[in-house]
Amino acid sequence: MAEREQKRKPAPARSTEEVAEAPAGTDTGEKLKADIDDLLDEIDEVLESNAEDFVRSYVQKGGE
Amino acid sequence: MRSGSLDPAPLPGRVPRVAQHKVLGIETEYGIVQRGPGESNPVTASSLLINAYLSDLERRDAASSTVGWDFEDEMPGNDARGTTGPSQAPEVETHLVNAVLTNGARYYVDHAHPELSTPECADPLSVVLYDRAAELILQRSMAAATRFLPEGSELVVYKNNSDGKGNSYGCHENYLMARSVPFGRIVTHATAHFVSRQIFTGSGKIGSEAPGLSVRDVPFQLTQRADFFEAEVGLETTLKRPIVNTRDEPHADAQKYRRLHVISADANCSETATFLKVGTTAFVLAMVEDEALPRTFAFRSPVEAMRQVSYDLSLGKPIELADGSTVTALEIQWEHLDRARKWADAHGFDAVGGSAGEQVLQTWEQVLTDMEADPMRLADRLDWVAKYRILSGYRERHDLDWGDQRLAALALQYHDLRPERSLARRAGLVRLTDDADVERATTEPPEDTRAYFRGRCLQQWAESVVAANWDSLVFDVGGDALRRVPMMEPLRGTRSHVGTLLDECTTPADLLSRLGGA
Repeated sequence: MAEREQKRKPAPARSTEEVAEAPAGTDTGEKLKADIDDLLDEIDEVLESNAEDFVRSYVQKGGE
Repeated sequence: MRSGSLDPAPLPGRVPRVAQHKVLGIETEYGIVQRGPGESNPVTASSLLINAYLSDLERRDAASSTVGWDFEDEMPGNDARGTTGPSQAPEVETHLVNAVLTNGARYYVDHAHPELSTPECADPLSVVLYDRAAELILQRSMAAATRFLPEGSELVVYKNNSDGKGNSYGCHENYLMARSVPFGRIVTHATAHFVSRQIFTGSGKIGSEAPGLSVRDVPFQLTQRADFFEAEVGLETTLKRPIVNTRDEPHADAQKYRRLHVISADANCSETATFLKVGTTAFVLAMVEDEALPRTFAFRSPVEAMRQVSYDLSLGKPIELADGSTVTALEIQWEHLDRARKWADAHGFDAVGGSAGEQVLQTWEQVLTDMEADPMRLADRLDWVAKYRILSGYRERHDLDWGDQRLAALALQYHDLRPERSLARRAGLVRLTDDADVERATTEPPEDTRAYFRGRCLQQWAESVVAANWDSLVFDVGGDALRRVPMMEPLRGTRSHVGTLLDECTTPADLLSRLGGA
């Protein structure tokens, strides 16, 4: 599997520059900015305290 | 007219259709982890989770008892391409806890995950409702499990499809189709749809789990699942996953029907995303049955196309077709929408959920229009946009790289089903359901499919139902032999069909004798 992927590597590499950092035409209006600020304030209050441990301990077995 | 069709005579002015009424369902495997003190493995955690829920149900309603699943008709190794397909049959699944709920759903441990299959639904809004009810059932299961765990410990369930470490688990869709349609015709059009619909079905992911790619190559992508597809068509679901799965297990009259088992999309927290995922696919498959898709989009490499669409936040990168031309995912979706309108003009909406089908066309158009203008407008309707907006905002506020663990934690917490932790719940996503209906759907079956018969029998006579599966119920009414009631027609056993009968029967023996005499 890894071998196959490596052969395909040129394709993703070529596309790297084209992977947009942001969706085209991102709206940066004041309203949206204010909304996201409020949401982030709310999110701050429910965030898991130890991010690294929270992420590291989340290991699943493949399914289906 | 095709023989064996269930359809009534066509309305005047309507073109006869081959398309079967799209009976629909979703199976979701949830991620699970034990937080806090105590050791656990995912298989025992999943069993504990489901058993705790079932035991709570029994405590609440002393009359109910848990009905087990009957495997007699399970054939997950059957291949839609016939016996000549190149894939190996999947491994035999080890089933542990397995229960049928009074809403007609199946709740069980599959591999190392809790899984819930919605009951059969007759329209895409009904699927959204039962998918939501499934989340509520999982939330109640988490709460119920706590009393079996050490102090300070809890089981936490995530509605996502990857652990970010290369392990994936699925959210599968099911669609009833006419057996007469050649499988090859399904493959071409289904592939084009499964690749292009990712622009609205994606739940969003930081980085890539495809070999050789890092978060530097792919900071954020539209889907959880695209990294895990390695084949175009096949029987597997766990290794070398195919974009089009060939599992041929209709759970219905196999002469008339096939059930297309779709494994390519993400589980969605957004109701609009679930609605469009299932609703647009129902249209596309109905159009395949009626040969209403004159344009085919055969990709040069479907597997690469899957990833390319998922990695392209600009939504505008052309995908190479086998004939050397190119097309974008949005263009394919506009073409499918345009054809769906024409198909519905000729055939009506009966096969795609009636008024819910009409709503699919409206939502589909609105989402494509907004996506073309500015995808961020969809932050209240699509998961990947909602998640991207939260992550980008947090990233700017704290000046973080995409590889930062705090962003990874946020991304995981988006899918956390605990109401007090879930970020999807706080993202301001538009609702298509209301809480009272969702509550009801945790115990009441849909009224317009055979799930109604299954659910009502379990409500009334759980103690006499010894086994249940999708296409039969087995009763023990005290005679010499167990009595099996086959349900080979997914649109029979509805409320209008058996509601009065079930109201009138006082015992299961009564029901069986009246069914036998019918």
